[in-house]
Amino acid sequence: MNVWLLLICMGLVTYAIRLSMIGLIGRVNLPPIIQWALCLVPPAVLSAIIFPELLMPRGTLDLSFGNLRLLAGALAAAVAWRTKNVLLTIGVGMVALWVLQAVIPH
Amino acid sequence: MPILLGVVPFGMIYGVLAMGAGLTVGAAMAMSSIVFAGSAQFVGVQLIHSGAPGMVIVFTTFIVNLRHILYSASIAPYLARLSPRWKWLLAYLLTDEAYAVTITRYNQESASPVKSTNRHWYLLGAGLAMWSTWQVSTAAGIFLGAQVPSSWSLDFTLALTFIALVVPALRDRPSVAASLSAGIIAVLAAGLPYKLGLMIAAIGGMAIGLWVEARQPLRAHRHERGDDQ
Repeated sequence: MNVWLLLICMGLVTYAIRLSMIGLIGRVNLPPIIQWALCLVPPAVLSAIIFPELLMPRGTLDLSFGNLRLLAGALAAAVAWRTKNVLLTIGVGMVALWVLQAVIPH
Repeated sequence: MPILLGVVPFGMIYGVLAMGAGLTVGAAMAMSSIVFAGSAQFVGVQLIHSGAPGMVIVFTTFIVNLRHILYSASIAPYLARLSPRWKWLLAYLLTDEAYAVTITRYNQESASPVKSTNRHWYLLGAGLAMWSTWQVSTAAGIFLGAQVPSSWSLDFTLALTFIALVVPALRDRPSVAASLSAGIIAVLAAGLPYKLGLMIAAIGGMAIGLWVEARQPLRAHRHERGDDQ
């Protein structure tokens, strides 16, 4: 698919979702099960990206201590859990990866 | 509005990732103005880089942005009397951040006796401020991304950003179940063609999260408050 056509389709899909309930005038009440499902979208989608990035950085499963991205990611997750600070989490994770890359041959 | 400053690094990271994924400057900027949705752009760039087919990318965008149905539903009553043009414009500007500040404001207003008839201007202002910040920070990231060598591993910021967003939100069993199962399915399904693994993992994670939710009858009604994102 042409990249411009792709961008337009991505934009249309996004816009249609945002307009959906605003366009349907009045108080449309989503059934509870739909609301629960929508609440679970962010953790499901984002985790589906995080896990492969950390566990298989070279395309195959790597659970060893030689997997620097897994180590740095685990540290970042601990920082996120304790501080809930987004920028601190990214900063600590990135510095951890650089330090590990400098110290451990890979 | 400090929330605007918080968006700047994301815009810049997006710009860097887009350059790393081989997008042209024009396409990277266009994605920020046409799609205008942070996480969907991050995911889109990653999928484009891995050569996923267009249909898969569009459908994944749909899944990633599904949460906006909640925002749209919760803000719709406040905009019900506006003309269609206003609705079309405001829907385009309805990002996570614009929604968050606007709904907070509206909730405060409806608690006070003064009724405002010009509420839509607040959403317009918040939306336009977000939009401009996003375009400028994207441009800055694109400029940076063209300078930074790949040995800096800046693509790792994608995983780190998502960790920072997900981990603090894992407050209850259903979301933990959705997160873990989606992650495990994604790893198991990583070998599937067309990058279908991401979509399957997201849907599977949501299904398992719902199943866990359904097993907790006592807490089943807590989402009915509506805007508890």
